[in-house]
Amino acid sequence: MSNFWHWTVIIVVVLHLLAYLWLLFATSKKKTDKRSDNTTGHVWDGDLKEWDNPMPRWWLWLFVITIVFSVAYLYLYPGMGNFKGSKEWTSINRFETNYAAVTDARNKSFAGFINKPVDELIKDDQAMLIGSRIFANNCAQCHASDAQGAVGFPNLTDDDWNWGGEFDDIVTTLNNGRMGVMPAFAPALGEDGTKQVAAYVRSLSGIEHDAALAAEGQTKFGMFCAACHGPDGKGQDMFGAPNLTDDIWLHGSHEIIETGLYEGFNGNMPAQKDILDENRIKLVAAYVYSLSNKE
Amino acid sequence: MSKHEKIEKNIGLLGVLVAIVISFAGIVEIAPLMSQASVVEPVEGLEPRNALELAGQNIYVAEGCYNCHSQQVRPFVDETLRYGHYSVAGESVYDRPFQWGSKRTGPDLARVGGRYSNEWHEIHLIDPRAVVPTSNMPGYPWLAETEIDVEETVASMKVLKMLGHPYSDEDIANAAASITGKSQLDALVAYLQDLGTAIPKSYQ
Repeated sequence: MSNFWHWTVIIVVVLHLLAYLWLLFATSKKKTDKRSDNTTGHVWDGDLKEWDNPMPRWWLWLFVITIVFSVAYLYLYPGMGNFKGSKEWTSINRFETNYAAVTDARNKSFAGFINKPVDELIKDDQAMLIGSRIFANNCAQCHASDAQGAVGFPNLTDDDWNWGGEFDDIVTTLNNGRMGVMPAFAPALGEDGTKQVAAYVRSLSGIEHDAALAAEGQTKFGMFCAACHGPDGKGQDMFGAPNLTDDIWLHGSHEIIETGLYEGFNGNMPAQKDILDENRIKLVAAYVYSLSNKE
Repeated sequence: MSKHEKIEKNIGLLGVLVAIVISFAGIVEIAPLMSQASVVEPVEGLEPRNALELAGQNIYVAEGCYNCHSQQVRPFVDETLRYGHYSVAGESVYDRPFQWGSKRTGPDLARVGGRYSNEWHEIHLIDPRAVVPTSNMPGYPWLAETEIDVEETVASMKVLKMLGHPYSDEDIANAAASITGKSQLDALVAYLQDLGTAIPKSYQ
């Protein structure tokens, strides 16, 4: 703060302390005559009198003690304008000390398992417990607390992966996030084309469909869809394009295929590397990996 | 009549003297902060909210989101582990009114920007239980069906410019076109995605 405020604060604080001291001593010096009936002489409502009962001594001493305390406090801690106090205490310093202690303790508690290869890591109960808690705090909002996902948010407990299900793929997904985009195909396909392609996609998973429509849809699938979902419709991890042949539907059910073709889909997993450190990414990735790789 | 009796029997005089005594604390604790650069200067890279985000902020206030959500991560280890980097004063200079709050029925939102996808926010605002089954947050489905009040948003931009937000004339001229036809849901999501993005997400 500016010099002006620095000195204003100091002067106001010091004058206050001096004024309190003066008040204490001035009033304690002032003697009032004891009245014979031991009251203050105030009378209300004709007969209501006030007993002249002195404050206990120890209580009066508290005034002095608070003043002594404040002098010590203002010497040790920041309070007098720009004066930092002899301890140079700040809330950020305290935070950084505590943070370093917590990080240190965490790294120590991780030391027993953090360097294990993933196949052993998923058998370590402690590591999996910590991984599950990181998941609950950071991932469950979208992927659900049982990791079975929600409409638009992938189930992580099955063996169907849109961006690859190997441990390293999961770590990459966690670190950098993923951005899945399926454009709207209605302008290209038109109403009939949409119905045909949807029928063909249903046929891939063996769902009830109109065979004639599906046959027409197959060519259009090759033109518009195969680039991402692959010529056989089995999906490609590189684009996050889901497998369309396994009857697993990221956006709910096969009934929204038409809507999806009309409107497109966006799927965005936010990057976590700025939120979680390397070790915690590893643990939560191992936890997610364990969900579909338990023997 | 003693001097003290005069004060005790004159409520107006007592009030004025009490106000004078209390104001010393204000002079010492509040007034110096107003001249302190670290409190009133924006952090590096902080931009005033664009028209869509500003409309979202106005909806946030109008819907009373602050009744359950604070926007201030305190410098404690547990808070930074859960929410991210602690809040600094320079992040809030373009928040009028600021939304720090002290009530956390829901989680703190100071660092929510970028934590979830837009799609998640849309689903969650319409029906929170669609993605978080245990949530006790009310749904706000009408936001998706209601358009932004364009005039009001442009007017609040002009007022904020008068108060010193660095909007250019061009920003204000283009504001109406950039938000016309957008829903309140779009605006609120844009606002949420902007929260706390001016400084690093986490303290590491």
